[in-house]
Amino acid sequence: MQFHKYDVIIIGAGGAGMRAAIESGQRARTAVLTKLYPTRSHTGAAQGGMCAALANVEEDNWEWHTFDTIKGGDYLVDQDAAEIMAKEAIDAVLDLEKMGLPFNRTPEGKIDQRRFGGHTRNHGEAAVRRACYAADRTGHMILQTLYQNCVKHGIEFFNEFYVLDICLTETENGPVCTGAVAYELATGEIHVFQAKSVVFATGGFGKVFKTTSNAHTLTGDGMGIVFRKGLPLEDMEFYQFHPTGLAGLGILLTEGARGEGAILRNASGERFMERYAPTIKDLAPRDIVARSMALEVLEGRGAGPNKDYVLLDCTHLGAEVLETKLPDITEFARTYLAVDPVVEPVPVYPTAHYAMGGIPTNIHGEVLRDNDNIVPGLYAAGECACVSVHGANRLGTNSLLDINVFGRRAGIAAAEYALSRESHVELPENPAASVEAQVALALSEHGQERVADIRTELQATMDANASVYRTEDTLKTALHDVQALKERYAHISVQDKGKRFNTDLLEAVELGFLLELAEVLVHGALQRKESRGGHAREDYPNRDDTNFMRHSMFYKQGEGLTADIRMDFKPVTFTRYKPMERKY
Amino acid sequence: MTATAETVSGSRGSQPPVPDGAVTVTVKIRRFNPEIDDEPRWDSFDIPALPSDRVLNLLHHIKWYVDGTLTFRRSCAHGICGSDAMRINGVNRLACKVLLKDLLEKGDKRTTITIEPIKGLPVNKDLLVDMEPFFEAFRAVKPYLVTYGNEPTRERIQSVADRERFDDTTKCILCACCTTSCPVYWTEGSYFGPAAIVNAHRFIFDSRDEGAEERLDILNDIDGVWRCRTTFNCTDACPRGIQVTKAIQEVKRALLFKRV
Repeated sequence: MQFHKYDVIIIGAGGAGMRAAIESGQRARTAVLTKLYPTRSHTGAAQGGMCAALANVEEDNWEWHTFDTIKGGDYLVDQDAAEIMAKEAIDAVLDLEKMGLPFNRTPEGKIDQRRFGGHTRNHGEAAVRRACYAADRTGHMILQTLYQNCVKHGIEFFNEFYVLDICLTETENGPVCTGAVAYELATGEIHVFQAKSVVFATGGFGKVFKTTSNAHTLTGDGMGIVFRKGLPLEDMEFYQFHPTGLAGLGILLTEGARGEGAILRNASGERFMERYAPTIKDLAPRDIVARSMALEVLEGRGAGPNKDYVLLDCTHLGAEVLETKLPDITEFARTYLAVDPVVEPVPVYPTAHYAMGGIPTNIHGEVLRDNDNIVPGLYAAGECACVSVHGANRLGTNSLLDINVFGRRAGIAAAEYALSRESHVELPENPAASVEAQVALALSEHGQERVADIRTELQATMDANASVYRTEDTLKTALHDVQALKERYAHISVQDKGKRFNTDLLEAVELGFLLELAEVLVHGALQRKESRGGHAREDYPNRDDTNFMRHSMFYKQGEGLTADIRMDFKPVTFTRYKPMERKY
Repeated sequence: MTATAETVSGSRGSQPPVPDGAVTVTVKIRRFNPEIDDEPRWDSFDIPALPSDRVLNLLHHIKWYVDGTLTFRRSCAHGICGSDAMRINGVNRLACKVLLKDLLEKGDKRTTITIEPIKGLPVNKDLLVDMEPFFEAFRAVKPYLVTYGNEPTRERIQSVADRERFDDTTKCILCACCTTSCPVYWTEGSYFGPAAIVNAHRFIFDSRDEGAEERLDILNDIDGVWRCRTTFNCTDACPRGIQVTKAIQEVKRALLFKRV
């Protein structure tokens, strides 16, 4: 075992982690621990843009952006947090530009902006051009720019260090975070990092689903670690399905395509979004578009030999727009489906994309241990966190915004807290014990279950029973399946027993987190007997503000993978927007 | 360990059902685990696969159902994260961007695919190499915007044409396909390599940047751009379609004429 001591450690090197590191690293002694090399993180897969009311191409202001975010989230958004995000969006974009991000430009040389789903002028009048973008690789440019600036500032990285636990020390005022424990992939060695502040920025858990835009590595590790410590997770039943995944594959095609004018059509060529969202049509928020697409297919209007997808028609945009503003998705369609968007419409269907819920934090990124109290020294930002700025449904581009605004805030808060503490709080006894036990157990001989089989079955039941539309019956099936898979997980076999780059072991550990989070998602979806944002219950088709205008909070009860889940609720923060019916 | 090919199959329990339209692929993989091997060896796996499968799917099939010790990096699986660069049938490619049908002759019912780690970087285990020397070269060229003086309150102004000037090199995902396809890099590990030069180019030709001279000085070094012999391997290898050799030539020209 090796021991390290820092002021701040940041877990994860995607957009939120590196944005935090740039702030923290200039103030306090900081290390970034990351399962992947920094430039491999899935921020790089984000395409369409990052919204900010710069008003570079038409009238806009941050108040409209706030409203759109709240309405887009079906009023489950904490309104104070949404206001901060929309206000700070402007500086967040300008900061990135100053760091070197090559945004596309207007003819005057300013940052160009394009339309995006749910972003409107004057509270819903029409789509507004708010998304700042770099072709259709905005996330790639953000990830590269942040890494470049980490290089510039000499940020210290521990690459391919897989954090498996955090250290909580009990004090008279409750638990305090004092460090983290990591497994070094290269050597199999365990490292204890003592720190005054720990920031989680570990991303999402899309791999609970089969059809997903998420990377293989997005297994909810950070959320899982926090949950296993008895700390809450918030709003986990709200999972976003992005409307335009390449049919059958789930690879993302940006909403920016529709922002540039692409149209969704059913088998007969009808522009069906006109029926579901008469004002902004194809640029309705993602939950609405995804449900509309699923309905078209369910009602027999799907395209293709099995009528199981719809078509994204870009043909009228012309080769030049596609090649210059949407080059990557044009290539994805050509490479993976052998469809050329210049001349033919692209088969698309909703793909599991983004967790609205996560580790509950306040607006400084401080992690909550219940509705009222924080865990001193523990922070979270980005997709793994729930501030909550996305409520029941995130608007497109607001995730790139979230990681920049709240990554920055968490980095500053973590560093300032660390600097305000004279000395490190003592670590708990045997901080590495549970990780050592976890690794030893996974490598020991105790069964013949294959990780891949359990994972495949998990993903199949989640796709079939807990995706765009849900019912009591499907969710009960999913819950039953997930619990049975958890039992089987106790008998997994890891074939690679070595210490060196043991990715077989890594996948087994990741599966444990996936199972844990899948159950929380399904549990929450069963309890929430209403339809709101990304959570659509066929048996409860309406929003129920009387009983469910509140955040869900999930706590693990007891030890082990099959322990129970306790559910609680947390009030939504309102400032100036009263809930209204959500129409577009 | 001998370097002979041995076909391994079914060593991990029952196999998943074979899909309709599958062909049989013999995947020959260069293996090396310094924990147990004295030298690299070849393993062969016969597995069923669909023509629409990515090579990454084949590797996953082997890892998940046949041999869990097979080791490689991967993440996004659609050519954006740059994790899974490897030598596939002798050329550098991302395993998630090569489809089996691209490697099949029309009508083939079986084929053989050879997969090796990218060359020029130390092999850590199987297809997984030590990326540190590669990232070290990247970090050495000051791959970030260098500016002096006060920052403007709003964004810096940049014309559409000036933005277009360096567009191509902003696409780089640091996968190392280019650098590890370069024969000069194979023999002279001290050469910065194409990827580092591409990333220097991205800033040298950015109208907002004021660090071009510092970077050109670095690249004028004995291990800099002059090592390039314009074999175009790098351009062929780039999964992002970047005109790598052209970018290197533009940096050379900037050095010769001392202007950007």
